[in-house]
Amino acid sequence: MGQLNVAVVSAERALWRGTAKSVVAKTPEGEIGILSGHEPVLALLVESPMRIELEDGTKMFVAVHGGFFSVDSDNVNVIAGTAELAESIDVERAKAAMERAKAASEDDVEAASALKRAETRISVAGVAKGVSSH
Amino acid sequence: MGAQLRVYRRRIRSVQATKKITKAMELIASSRIVKAQQRLEASTPYLIQLVQAISAAATHAADVSKHPLTAKAENQVRAAVLVVTADRGLAGAYSSNAIKESEALSRNLAEKGMKVVPYVVGRKGVGFFRFRDRVMGGEYTGFTDQPTYADAQRIGGDLLNAFLTPTTEGGVDEIHLVYTHFLNMASQETRVRRILPLEVVDEKVDLTEGGMPFPLYEFEPSPEAVLDGLLPQYINQMVWLGLLMSAASEHAARRRAMKSATDNAEELIRSLTRQANQARQAEITQEISEIVGGADALSA
Repeated sequence: MGQLNVAVVSAERALWRGTAKSVVAKTPEGEIGILSGHEPVLALLVESPMRIELEDGTKMFVAVHGGFFSVDSDNVNVIAGTAELAESIDVERAKAAMERAKAASEDDVEAASALKRAETRISVAGVAKGVSSH
Repeated sequence: MGAQLRVYRRRIRSVQATKKITKAMELIASSRIVKAQQRLEASTPYLIQLVQAISAAATHAADVSKHPLTAKAENQVRAAVLVVTADRGLAGAYSSNAIKESEALSRNLAEKGMKVVPYVVGRKGVGFFRFRDRVMGGEYTGFTDQPTYADAQRIGGDLLNAFLTPTTEGGVDEIHLVYTHFLNMASQETRVRRILPLEVVDEKVDLTEGGMPFPLYEFEPSPEAVLDGLLPQYINQMVWLGLLMSAASEHAARRRAMKSATDNAEELIRSLTRQANQARQAEITQEISEIVGGADALSA
């Protein structure tokens, strides 16, 4: 089976580039899995952990905070305003942020999105423990 | 020691102290230019991808001319002008050039019958508008030498809100950006850019020169929704680019200003040293002639 060329780019810098077997991302319509040979897609991303399965079978997680991704002849470009690789996430800080956001009133839109961001971070950092870093 | 000589020496010491400070600022600015340039380069892949995606989505969206990204209001009432200045001075004409450019733009827009709402980045710009009692749509300070993406998001969010608010409720029809373009270490220029609405250009792709038409993307959820989703990112990115460019330019301007200040201090020290030497020599000459005069008087 062919491989995918994946590039994860955030506004501040290019985060990661490499080859992968599959990419699973979440769009407003639901989860979408990309394998080699997928038709061209341009899709929005929602706040979620994204899963990239590398060629040796290890799974890499990236916290994507909004953005979009494009697939075109086995090139996958993930473009997010902010995105973080699992190893660069400060779990303690994310937990503190989650507590703060929970404490805020329920109809506070900003606190709700902060809560979501923190949850994404924690889940990415949590599942990635023990996975080799790239 | 004579009074003259003491005064010269004191001035030399004070100029030397100033020179140390300007020299240090020059060095700091030079190292920060490099950092700012690297950040600028690091952000370009994102911009390229974003522009491509917007073009692709715009090509497929049902009616681009009605989308807020590109639609021009029939009757334009208000325009937002985001002007990027510095937090600190000692950067030559950097801030005042940006302000001057934004004033020229404001006059232009006013002639077309639009009301201008300034959004100001940097303490120098905010000071300018406050002093003249002009109402600002937003003011942002404290990060101009090392902006973060979060800053750009904050500004972009405010601009987007203003843009999406109907004009009758105080929203804006256009967003302009005044920033300082970083050409290279030696030259920067103030530039004006319209962020929104976008200009729609019909472009024919030249296949012979390696140009590629957009692949037939499947849009998820739909071309229009993708375009909607890209709008805030586009604004943020333009603001971010403006902030990064301006930060690099600010450091370059400061480096240049501090270099000429250092050169000037050196020049001053040189001429003061000369004057001090002269004064010292005059003193010695006078002392000798006094001694000789005294000895003559005694032996006479």
